[in-house]
Amino acid sequence: MGDRAKYIGIIFGITFASLLITQQMSVFTGIMHRTFATITDVGQPQLWVMDPKVAYIDDIKPLQSTQLYRVRSVDGVDWAVPFYKGLLRARLSNGTFQTVSVLGIDDATLLGGPPVMVEGRLEDLRKTDGVIVDEVAAKTRLAKPSAVPGQPPQPLRIGDTLELNDRRATVVGLCRTTRSFQSQPVLFTTFSRAMSYAPRERKLLSFVLVGVKPGEDEGTVAARITERTGLQAVRREDFMWMTMMYFVKYTGIPINIGTAVLLGFIVGTAIAGMTFFNFTQDNLKQFGALKAMGASNWVLLRMTILQSLTVGTIGYGLGVGAASLFGYLARNSELAFRMPWQVLAISAGAVLLICVLSAIFSIIKVMRLEPAIVFKA
Amino acid sequence: MSAEVIVHCRNVAKSYGLGQERVQALRGVDLDVHSGELLMLVGPSGCGKTTLISVIAGILDPDEGSVQVLGQDMRTTRGSARTRFRGTNVGFVFQQFNLLPALSALENVAVPLLILGVPRGEAHARAQTMLERVGLGGRSRSLPAQLSGGQQQRVAIARSLVHGPRLVVCDEPTSALDQETGQRVMEILREVAVGTGRALVVVTHDARTFGFADRIAHMNDGRILDVVQGSTARAHKEHQTWE
Repeated sequence: MGDRAKYIGIIFGITFASLLITQQMSVFTGIMHRTFATITDVGQPQLWVMDPKVAYIDDIKPLQSTQLYRVRSVDGVDWAVPFYKGLLRARLSNGTFQTVSVLGIDDATLLGGPPVMVEGRLEDLRKTDGVIVDEVAAKTRLAKPSAVPGQPPQPLRIGDTLELNDRRATVVGLCRTTRSFQSQPVLFTTFSRAMSYAPRERKLLSFVLVGVKPGEDEGTVAARITERTGLQAVRREDFMWMTMMYFVKYTGIPINIGTAVLLGFIVGTAIAGMTFFNFTQDNLKQFGALKAMGASNWVLLRMTILQSLTVGTIGYGLGVGAASLFGYLARNSELAFRMPWQVLAISAGAVLLICVLSAIFSIIKVMRLEPAIVFKA
Repeated sequence: MSAEVIVHCRNVAKSYGLGQERVQALRGVDLDVHSGELLMLVGPSGCGKTTLISVIAGILDPDEGSVQVLGQDMRTTRGSARTRFRGTNVGFVFQQFNLLPALSALENVAVPLLILGVPRGEAHARAQTMLERVGLGGRSRSLPAQLSGGQQQRVAIARSLVHGPRLVVCDEPTSALDQETGQRVMEILREVAVGTGRALVVVTHDARTFGFADRIAHMNDGRILDVVQGSTARAHKEHQTWE
C-alpha cells in the first residue's frame, strides 16, 4: 500500500477485533465447559440414565433405587452403577458452613470416581467416613482457619474432618477436578455414605451410570433402556451437549458474551473499513490509472481483497497470539478460558468477513470511478 | 499521409454539467492520427485538450460524433470490451506519473502485462527489457520514491509501452519536470515510443517540446484551429508559449 501508518492502522483494527472475538469466545467456551464439569470428570460410563424430565446435570430428579436393577437387566448393558449428586451443607472446624457438591459413587466398584488423585488413593473411600476433597476447595473454601491470628488459613489435609448433616466426614484423599460452573467444593464419597449424609427422602438415586457391552452401539442401548424402563438414557457426549444447551438457552451468558464479540466485530470492521476507505481515497488516481490501463472492476476488487486478506492474516495471527498469551497467563486463575480449534475457526471466519466487508466498502467508490480522473491534474 | 489511420475523430462534441453550468469542452472536433507519428495537442488551459485525449483513449464518452481507434468504434465498444481494448491497444503517460508507490520500478512496468494475464515471470522479463530501453535497467528494484521525477516519468513511459500498444496518449508528460529533464524525457519518448505501427498523442503546454512533434494541433475553445507539420511547429517554437 505504500502507507505505513494506514497499514499499521488496519492491522491494529483487525488485531483488536481478532483478540476480542477470540478471547471472549474462549471465555464463553470455558464457562460452557464448566457447566458439564461433573460429566467430564466421571469418565467411565458411556451412558447416563435419569428421570425423563431431567434437562441438565444439576437438574436432579431422583429415581427409585429399584430402577438400577431394571437398567441392569436391559440387553447390551455391561454394567450399571448408582450415582448420587446433591448439594449439602458442610460444617467446617471453625463452625462456619459451606455448601458443597457431594458425589456418591458405587461402593463396590468405585466407578465414577475423580479423574486425578493428588493425594491418597481412591480405595481409601472404603475407610470409615472417608471423603475425597478437590484440591482447590481444600486450599480455599474448605481451608481451616489458622491457629495463629492474622495468618492465612491452613489447607484441608488427609485426616482432617468436617461435618455433613451432623455426620462426620474424614478426608482420605485430595483430587483434581474440572472447575464447575457454580464453583462449589466437590466431595467424592461412596453412594451408601452419601445416602447417610443426604437428608432423608423417599428417592435418592440421582443417576444410573451405564457401561455398554463391547460391540454394542451406545445409541441403540440407550434407546433400548428408554424403551424398557421409561427412563431417559443418553450418551455421555449428548448429556454434555444437553447441559450446555440448557445454560445457553436459559442464562444470559451467550447474549452477554455475544455482545462483546459483536462489539469486537463492529469495531474491527469500522477501523479496518475506514482505514481501507481512506487508503483508496488517497489513491484514487492510482486506481484510475489502473482502470485506464485496462484493469476491470473485478481485478481491482480482487486486488483489494487480497491486500485486505494479507493484513487480515497478520492481524488475525497477532490477535490470536495475544488471546493465547492472555489465556496462558490466566491459566492458574479462576478465569474460564478454553480455546478449541472451533473458536479459532470462527474467529478466522469473522476476520475473513471483516476483510471482505472492508475491501468491498472501500472499493465501491473505485468501482464507480471514471478513469478519466487520471488526466485531471 | 498514406500511413494507417490509428485515430479517426469526426465532429466530436463533449460537454460537462447541466443548465447554466454546462461547459462545452469539445465543439465538433475532426482529427486523424496516423501510425508512426507523434501528434501534439497544444492550447491554453481549458481548451479541451485533456477531454480530447480522454475521448481518444476510450476513457470518456463523447456526446456526439464518431471516434474510431484502430478501426474500432469507441461509441459502440462498451463495458468490459472497451476495458480490454484499452488494456491491449492503448498506453498511458500521466502528468503526475501515477506509479504505484509500493511497487518497484520493475513491478510498475509489469502492471499492464499482468492485467492482460501475462505470467509474472514473463511480465518481469519484458518489463526489465523495457526499463533498459529507457535507460533505467539498473534501477528496476527502486521504489518510485527513490527515483527522481525524470526517472519516474521514464518508468511511466516504459509502463506505457511494455505491452506493445498501437496508441500512446501522454498528458503533459514534461510539466512536472525541469527543462533539462523534460527535454530528456521527450527524447526518450521520441526514440522509444515512436515507431512503425504506433501513434503518439501528446498533450502539452510546453512550447520547448514542440520540436519533437511530427504534427501539432492547436486547440482553443473546444475546437482544433489548425494542424501544422513539425517543421512549421519548430519554427513557431521560438515565438509561442502556452500558459
